[in-house]
Amino acid sequence: MTQPPEQAPVGVIHNIGYRGYSGPRLGRQAVTRALFTHSLRGIFGLGRSGRSKVLPMGMFAIMCLPALVLAVVTVVGSNQGVITRPPLAYTSYAMVTQAVIAIFLAAQAPQAVSLDVRYATLPLYFSRPLERTDYVAAKYAALSTALFILLSVPIVIMYTGTLLAELPVAEYSSDALAALAGAVVYALVLAGLGLLIASVTARRGFGVAAIITVLALSYTLTSAMQGLFGHGQDNMTAAGWLGLLSPMTLVDGVQVWAFDAQSSTITGPPGTTGGIVFCLVTLAVIAGSYRLLLARYRRVRL
Amino acid sequence: MNTTVVRLTARSMLGGRRVLLLAALALLIVVLAVLLRVFADIDQGEAAALLRAVSLGTLLPLFGLIVGTGAIGPEIDDGSIVYLLAKPMSRATIIHSKLVVAVAAMFTFAVVPTVLAALIMVGGSGSLAVALGAGAFAAGAVYSAVFLLLATILRQAVMLGLVYALVWESLVGSVVPGARVLSVQQWALSVAESIAAPGLLSADVALGVAVVLLVGAFAAATWYAGWRLARFTLTGPE
Repeated sequence: MTQPPEQAPVGVIHNIGYRGYSGPRLGRQAVTRALFTHSLRGIFGLGRSGRSKVLPMGMFAIMCLPALVLAVVTVVGSNQGVITRPPLAYTSYAMVTQAVIAIFLAAQAPQAVSLDVRYATLPLYFSRPLERTDYVAAKYAALSTALFILLSVPIVIMYTGTLLAELPVAEYSSDALAALAGAVVYALVLAGLGLLIASVTARRGFGVAAIITVLALSYTLTSAMQGLFGHGQDNMTAAGWLGLLSPMTLVDGVQVWAFDAQSSTITGPPGTTGGIVFCLVTLAVIAGSYRLLLARYRRVRL
Repeated sequence: MNTTVVRLTARSMLGGRRVLLLAALALLIVVLAVLLRVFADIDQGEAAALLRAVSLGTLLPLFGLIVGTGAIGPEIDDGSIVYLLAKPMSRATIIHSKLVVAVAAMFTFAVVPTVLAALIMVGGSGSLAVALGAGAFAAGAVYSAVFLLLATILRQAVMLGLVYALVWESLVGSVVPGARVLSVQQWALSVAESIAAPGLLSADVALGVAVVLLVGAFAAATWYAGWRLARFTLTGPE
């Protein structure tokens, strides 16, 4: 407790009436939590200018729209007896809408970290009781949560459609749970890669281009080569292993093996060994990008 | 065209580590071709389909976005464009100089690797390499001009360009057939189709229309970018 201002030492030259703060200090955890909520809101443009809301909110709407259409189709179709199962597997939704996810990630990952470097706000953060590891953890958690929201809301919409259509509940509930678990893995992998690329560059435009190039090019290369080996050469094992080469197909492989989902590419990971390798690589990507982020912020120039 | 502006733009676009990143991107496609040549036995049709998807479909639009917006975007973003605009030089000349650098980078890091990859995969005999090279060059030049124009007009050029490159060209084009007439990729494919052996590539736009649209889009984007730069107002960071 500091002294109340009335008993301030006499003989002070200037006293313009500032009072010291005497309330409780919340400490590291509270700063981390505040940074997490602030980043999460910022990713969706909440609390920022209207122009910053256009892209994330627009991408979120574009993401939900097909799910809504599919849900309506399921309800109407099953009432008329033409549909007996949801038109699209819940676990395939991320793969189908990956361009939207890629644009969301490419726009918002640099927004979450690059601007702090560029406008020199990092020293202000680190002058608080916030450790560098807390900063990384908060940003990683915020971007993963944002991606999870982006991925899971359409799944919930489609699942609601299935429920309203009175299709067998038990079967599709486990499908929806698998898809939600898959969404967690997608969110962690994509957020890790996106933040890692964004944290290296202070320029927003360059970070955007780099993230999109990595995601789009790796997916196009992988799916083109999978098609070539799988259909052209009739070598499904090689095509399965090729799925390791892009983040989207990697997580899809994990879904296929661990959650028994239907593969969204031409073939899933080859056998049990393939499944285990896919899971291990996914874990390595998540842990590796987190470790590299920590290393990056340990040495960051303020 | 002004050699000093060309030199400065080239230095800011390719200087330091950036040239290595672009070269790595170019090398990737060549390495892929070598690996496929060694480990898989692919015919002309498969090579054409692969290069169509990877090079014309993904690499060129993304590369055009990087070099087109990279030629002027950062300068507008940090405000240092005023020093360039203050020089007694036509604004159109500035645009032309920047476009020359963008197209040259495009040619070196995207068109040449595509031709090399085609040559490696199908051997030296094919007209495929020439066809894809011509198509890639046409598409690359138009992408550079269009994205340079976008970067001159808009702050959010990169995002808008991405939406065009990823959503319009791939998603809308595959759902709404009419949209393919307004796709740079289809115009370039039409050029490539006319050169390649029959049946290797297919495009939805007739060659005459495609050439007119390619030349028209390039010229119109270049002229309009110069016109807009002449009436440029500088705004602070958002």
